[in-house]
Amino acid sequence: MKTTFLDFEQPIAELEAKIEELRYVQDDSAVDISEEIERLQQKSQALTKDIYAKLTPWQIAQVARHPQRPYTLDYIQHIFTDFEELHGDRAFADDHAIVGGLARFNGRSVMVIGHQKGRDTKEKIFRNFGMPRPEGYRKALRLMRLAEKFGIPVITFVDTPGAYPGIDAEERGQSEAIGRNLYVMAELKVPIVCTVIGEGGSGGALAIAVGDVTMMLQYATYSVISPEGCASILWKSADRAAEAAETMGITAARLKTLGLIDRIINEPPGGAHRDHRAAAQAVKKALQDALRQVADLAPPALVEKRFERLLGYGKFKEQPAA
Amino acid sequence: MSWLQKLLPPKIKRSETGARKSVPEGLWRKCPACEAVLYGSDLEKNLSVCPKCGHHHRIRARARLDALLDPEGRFEIGAEVYPVDPLKFKDSKRYAERLNAAMEETGEADALVVMQGAVKTLPLVAAVFEFEFLGGSMGSVVGERFVRGVRSAIEQQLPFICFTATGGARMQEGLFSLMQMAKTTAAITQLSAHKLPFISVLTDPTMGGVSASFAFMGDVVIAEPGALIGFAGPRVIEQTVREKLPDGFQRAEFLLEKGAIDMIVDRRHMRDKLAALLTLLTRVPAA
Repeated sequence: MKTTFLDFEQPIAELEAKIEELRYVQDDSAVDISEEIERLQQKSQALTKDIYAKLTPWQIAQVARHPQRPYTLDYIQHIFTDFEELHGDRAFADDHAIVGGLARFNGRSVMVIGHQKGRDTKEKIFRNFGMPRPEGYRKALRLMRLAEKFGIPVITFVDTPGAYPGIDAEERGQSEAIGRNLYVMAELKVPIVCTVIGEGGSGGALAIAVGDVTMMLQYATYSVISPEGCASILWKSADRAAEAAETMGITAARLKTLGLIDRIINEPPGGAHRDHRAAAQAVKKALQDALRQVADLAPPALVEKRFERLLGYGKFKEQPAA
Repeated sequence: MSWLQKLLPPKIKRSETGARKSVPEGLWRKCPACEAVLYGSDLEKNLSVCPKCGHHHRIRARARLDALLDPEGRFEIGAEVYPVDPLKFKDSKRYAERLNAAMEETGEADALVVMQGAVKTLPLVAAVFEFEFLGGSMGSVVGERFVRGVRSAIEQQLPFICFTATGGARMQEGLFSLMQMAKTTAAITQLSAHKLPFISVLTDPTMGGVSASFAFMGDVVIAEPGALIGFAGPRVIEQTVREKLPDGFQRAEFLLEKGAIDMIVDRRHMRDKLAALLTLLTRVPAA
């Protein structure tokens, strides 16, 4: 797979192009230039590490949306076995922007649910760019209830620009569908572990992200509104998205500091899209820890702890009323 | 200081500032729906419903509570909760400045007022959004006051009612605001586990993060006539689908047609309707 380079990765792109060129030359060259290639590769890796160490929130948002970033089905393939996808909300349709089903995690039954984006144009349209309609959330809810019935833990992967803002979605109760998930997930009697793997876009993300543990990949984002959306409302111009990204606090590091997420999962050097397998290994390790953390709690204690956590969100001060 | 003293002075102050802003005394106002020219205080006496065409104008939170609750035995819940600026958020203006300006303008500390009281002698807790305060947006204070209201309802085994009037989550508090969706809805889940009624009244407008959290979780969901209710705003939808939205899209009547709400209730009948529903839900015998 040829790496797609983002704007700020241009220096890496140039170096990589040069390496590619040398490799080509090497094939029919009498001189051994493998050492030179090796040297350039090391330089490229160092450069990548360097650039990624200093990403701005807006650049991180670009990485979170990288076209080669691993999606839910990639993680499912690498982390789980025996995946049996389950379809449909039993009321209207099967929404392809959310996938879910039973699988084994280290041999044990789990329910996996996640937003799914498409890689090429055709697939993007099929997946509606990862923007679910009400039937997607209702499918997710159905699978969660199913998991609860059989005492199976729920693992969710969050990766959506947001719930689909369309006429049909509104007609079928987008608000109710999201609200219902929040309502039920608060009291679901099995563990729920949520991982933001790419874009955590607003209510459409939260609708499958209420749980006992919230984790984020290093270059994932999670926000109340997209930086573009925020900029176009507050600055009346989507061009100020970089500033909006900065001030809103959408990165894993910032959200960890603010106490809004539990754990950051480090990505391979240069981002998850450079090494799906390594990214999946890191996620697997984190999921193991998270599940172990909640495994010992009996359902009443689990739910009580979850309520405590949910009801504790927010920053305010108390003083005598004016 | 008694609860009455605590409550009274700011209330008087508030109704003054409120009057200055929304319905200037002795000023004529034009109804945007029927273009009738109305005397401000006439409109106010009619709960801000146009006496000519029935158009529901937006109404301030305390004016609504005044109209809704019996005069005796009211007290406020969560008034001690005040906003902070956790992200040091700044766009063209600092969030802290926006908060101060909104407080100055509305006399409220944030966008939700919660009161315990009674509707036609039925005790309950009522939460009302103040749209004039930063578009009724939901941040940490709205969430916390809401939860304190619900908690109070659970402790005293009372029904909970909420009137929403909001553009959605408050951007200036970032992810804290998003989490208020989970927080408020979890509180309603708990209320429900105690078998206590939640009636949700959606007023103009009820959008975004509030619409997509507890607002549709009511045991009964009511809307005021003509209220704009939805997840995504009409402008965003139009830009996404690039087609003209159908007439009456996202209005209360449209939602009723689509099966999203139980009923539409005229503000002037709200008290009677709520009392009727609550007595039925809680199996209070007919008087």
